[in-house]
Amino acid sequence: MKDLKILAVVVFFTLVTYWGVEPFAHSQMHKHVEGHNFTYPDIKASGLKGDPAKGKAAIAACTSCHGIKSQGIKAPMDAMAASAAYGVNPPDLSNVGALFDTKYLIAFLQNPAHAAKAKKMAMPAGMAGTAQGAADIVAYLKSIAPKELSAKEAFVTACGRCHANRYGKWTQIGDVPKTKGNIKTGNDVELTKFKMNVAKYQDKLADYMGKLPPDLSIIARARSEHYLKTFVEDPQAVLPGTAMPRVGLTKEGFEKVDAYLESTGDPSKPLREKTGPWVLGYFVIFTLLAYGWYKSQWKGLGH
Amino acid sequence: MAHFDPNAKPFSHKWLNERLGVDTLKRVLSTEYWIPKNINFLWAMGMVLAATFGVLLISGIFLLMYYVPTTKEAFDSVNYTIMSQVGYGWLWRHVHAVAASVVFLIIYIHMLTGIYYGSYKRGRELIWISGMLLFVAFSAEAFSGYMLPWGQMSYWAGMVITNLFSLGSLNLNGLVEWIRGDYVPGQAFLGRFFMLHVVLIPLFIIGLIVLHFGTLRLPHVNNQDGEEFDFEAEAEKWKAGKRKESKVIPFNPVFLSKDVFVMGIYFIFFFYLVFYHFEFAMDPVNFDPANGLKTPPHIYPEWYFLWSYEILRPFSKNIGLIAFGFAQVIFFLLPFLDRSPNVAPANRRGIFKIWFWLLVIDMVGLTILGKLPPVGTWTIVGTVFADVFIALWIALPFVTKMEKPVGGK
Repeated sequence: MKDLKILAVVVFFTLVTYWGVEPFAHSQMHKHVEGHNFTYPDIKASGLKGDPAKGKAAIAACTSCHGIKSQGIKAPMDAMAASAAYGVNPPDLSNVGALFDTKYLIAFLQNPAHAAKAKKMAMPAGMAGTAQGAADIVAYLKSIAPKELSAKEAFVTACGRCHANRYGKWTQIGDVPKTKGNIKTGNDVELTKFKMNVAKYQDKLADYMGKLPPDLSIIARARSEHYLKTFVEDPQAVLPGTAMPRVGLTKEGFEKVDAYLESTGDPSKPLREKTGPWVLGYFVIFTLLAYGWYKSQWKGLGH
Repeated sequence: MAHFDPNAKPFSHKWLNERLGVDTLKRVLSTEYWIPKNINFLWAMGMVLAATFGVLLISGIFLLMYYVPTTKEAFDSVNYTIMSQVGYGWLWRHVHAVAASVVFLIIYIHMLTGIYYGSYKRGRELIWISGMLLFVAFSAEAFSGYMLPWGQMSYWAGMVITNLFSLGSLNLNGLVEWIRGDYVPGQAFLGRFFMLHVVLIPLFIIGLIVLHFGTLRLPHVNNQDGEEFDFEAEAEKWKAGKRKESKVIPFNPVFLSKDVFVMGIYFIFFFYLVFYHFEFAMDPVNFDPANGLKTPPHIYPEWYFLWSYEILRPFSKNIGLIAFGFAQVIFFLLPFLDRSPNVAPANRRGIFKIWFWLLVIDMVGLTILGKLPPVGTWTIVGTVFADVFIALWIALPFVTKMEKPVGGK
């Protein structure tokens, strides 16, 4: 009994210390930002009903800069030329309808910088003409959006033109190619060329954004889930002055991106969750056996 | 020369006994190493610490196979190679990180147990001092290990801590550069802390553990009531079969059986942390790669250094450093600052009881305050707690001098 009382005192001071240096200290260090679950309350729904057919007819306004691979429309410039012209490569629009919020996209087409809460945007305002024109284009993009999108595709469309993910072998200009080096010299000319292009692209991007956006390989361990969620939903609310634009993901879209970030940042999670119970089970059995040994050794010691 | 039986088979018991004295070794180190019977589970913390050090050593050896000590590759060798490319590499890393943190929890429990029961009094001073040397060695080991993943907190904690060696207004910047091998933490810095972490400090620790065990042998382990008795007479009772009357038990198997049981419970707790609650031991900030151009908004040490960090922080530069130095050495002097000859639990020692619990509360308070941003009220509260810490140690000789002798039980 005395042992248990002592244990209670030890546990009490341990828990107070833990509470103080973890939950309490962190609540004092970081201001708490309440998210809106990707509902974007500051953007008013237009109530306009878009017509995909009209949107399709008006899409040329977009394809002068953007490609739509799924519809066989190639981007007019490759990533290198586009970054030299705009600072950043405009996204392919194939998957946009599957990831981004309708209300947000309509507002974005009318005034990108305003909707994204960014100081500047390479994309000019008013490309879709009227609000109805914007609604039509968004309706078209939604109509061509794939039903199923992989986590990586979501990441590439939403983040991948500014952020690399080296653990996922992703660079801002695409996947790191599989190349064959020269076995006699140890050189890999193709890969070196690719790396040079990445470096050039990153230079332009850093000029455009003010700094090079961070590699997101392990961001899932460097920031809490809550932080990532609220930051992606509204970067300015979490980090005022940041160059990161609000990208307008839906809740489901963010979950896809988040799944990709977790797969590169915390890849051991599935195995960890599978192994845990076995190891704990082993030590529970170990402890029960040890208890039996202890009791047998201390029997009749008058203690 | 001793007598060697020509007929003894090589490596037989007799053969080994003649050459190595295995029977004597076994008797002295285990079956007739006498431990008091009157103890509680806190007496198992020493073996728990030894086991945790073993876990750190083994997991560290596995990590060492893949870790690359260069500023370019260190971060990815830990976070990519070990975490995703090496089979169960993540497990060894989480085990190593959690053990490095939990070992300090057990060290603090072990230390406070020693203080509470007066296990540093006459005859046992060297147990306490060698234990404190181990504490310093573990601290150096923890700090140097924290540099190795080369994340933001590695870099900036390395910057802040090495800066302390400029010794305030003495401005010994040359000394700081000499320690770093550069103007700022870089390759030279990482290389030498890597060496310290994997070779030099572990050697010291192993030597100190042997010394710590050695210092226990003659004065014997203390007991729950601080009772002094004749170990040899009590051992004779045990050997005569009077197990109930004897006040001692042999280390092996009786004491060990309880130790192993306590260790079992400890390892359930430990692996629960490893699998489900490791974040406390792996600060998120350190998952951003080191960047000398970007200072993190909050720089703080790991939790086990926070109390002494908070003694440094609330004061002006020079006074803070002196207070910090005071906090680092004062625990060493405990056997000499405590002027009372009483070997008894703190709750029977009058004012010392209050002194002890104030120390515990003050150190927990300092630990929490050390992590809070040093603004507004927290600065004032921090100063008070730091002052109380210093005042407690200055008061100790006077408090204990006045202490009345405590009779036996």
